[in-house]
Amino acid sequence: MRIVGREQKLLVILTVWAGPGDDEPRRKSTMSRANGKWAVACFLAAAIAAPASAVDLRAADSFASVTDRAERSRALFAEAGKVIQHPRCLNCHPVGERPTQGTDMHPHSPLVVRGSDDKGAIGMRCTTCHQDANFEPSGVPGHPLWHVAPKSMAWQQRSLKQICEQVKDPRRNGGKTLAQIQEHMAHDTLVGWAWRPGGTREPAPGTQEQFGALIAAWIESGAACPR
Amino acid sequence: MPVSLNVNGQSREIDVDPATPLLWVLREDLGLTGTKYGCGIAQCGACTVHLDGEPLRSCSAPVRVAAGRKVTTIEGVSSRAAKAVQKAWVELDVVQCGYCQSGQIMSATALLEKKPKPSDVDIDHAMSGNICRCATYHRIRAAIHAASKQLSA
Repeated sequence: MRIVGREQKLLVILTVWAGPGDDEPRRKSTMSRANGKWAVACFLAAAIAAPASAVDLRAADSFASVTDRAERSRALFAEAGKVIQHPRCLNCHPVGERPTQGTDMHPHSPLVVRGSDDKGAIGMRCTTCHQDANFEPSGVPGHPLWHVAPKSMAWQQRSLKQICEQVKDPRRNGGKTLAQIQEHMAHDTLVGWAWRPGGTREPAPGTQEQFGALIAAWIESGAACPR
Repeated sequence: MPVSLNVNGQSREIDVDPATPLLWVLREDLGLTGTKYGCGIAQCGACTVHLDGEPLRSCSAPVRVAAGRKVTTIEGVSSRAAKAVQKAWVELDVVQCGYCQSGQIMSATALLEKKPKPSDVDIDHAMSGNICRCATYHRIRAAIHAASKQLSA
């Protein structure tokens, strides 16, 4: 796991804080205080270096109390929307030519574009840098089919209502039926990357299994879109 | 464990952890030091090689992805496009310190092999992953255009 930038500086500060001062005499009580400071420093360092923990997703059956079928359906999709509109997903569903990256969704560095086949420009393909799996020595994420979602599946700068309508539209969702959409959301491994992004990247909320169950329940309740 | 590679036309078998970045296998196990380490995080392009003719940041690729495929480094690149690039680089005196230039040449060659008459936008898109601290960018762009003219002459 790569520790970079801000994390590096914080770890140096913690190390200096926990270490002995030049003028501290070595007495038993000092050693106890030093050990205590190291324990705190180690705990904080682990917290800093650990991947950010994800938000939970509500279980699909927890929406059973919403008795109105259409309202329940909308609520289920809104919960699934926590995944759909998470940066891990939105970064590769841009509206223009360029994907974004990071939790703050800044433009991908270096400059990359989708190209004619959503797999990069001539001379700078996605596979120039991204390989078939996350590569920890460089911190670059990967998957065998790393690419940008087609323009028809742009999710950035779209409301959840608009995304819902696109997901349901076979003309814009790759010709999929709702059952195929559920299969895709629940089992596709590139979708699944969002929960295993590597490094210190924040995963999408919940698990792919929970997400798939929400989508299944949304479909079963009539696949209503948010208002 | 043994990994079989084809590097610059030569078959090589190297006993190495398959997860080792290709860059270090090239430099340390094969002695091909023309490919440079600049950042290790696929941000500078100094480590660029070709894998089956496509550019690859070797710092960001485990050596196992190269198994059974053709790796070309700066030492071995010899296509018509590569020769045109090298000629243009010399004629326009592109190089200053030289550290980034292996990667620049590999990326420029890959672009011209696929698109012999690139536009400035094509050059932007193909070359944006290669950084030059000496800022020879204007000459790199001019040299790519010069190499392109030579290829169509």
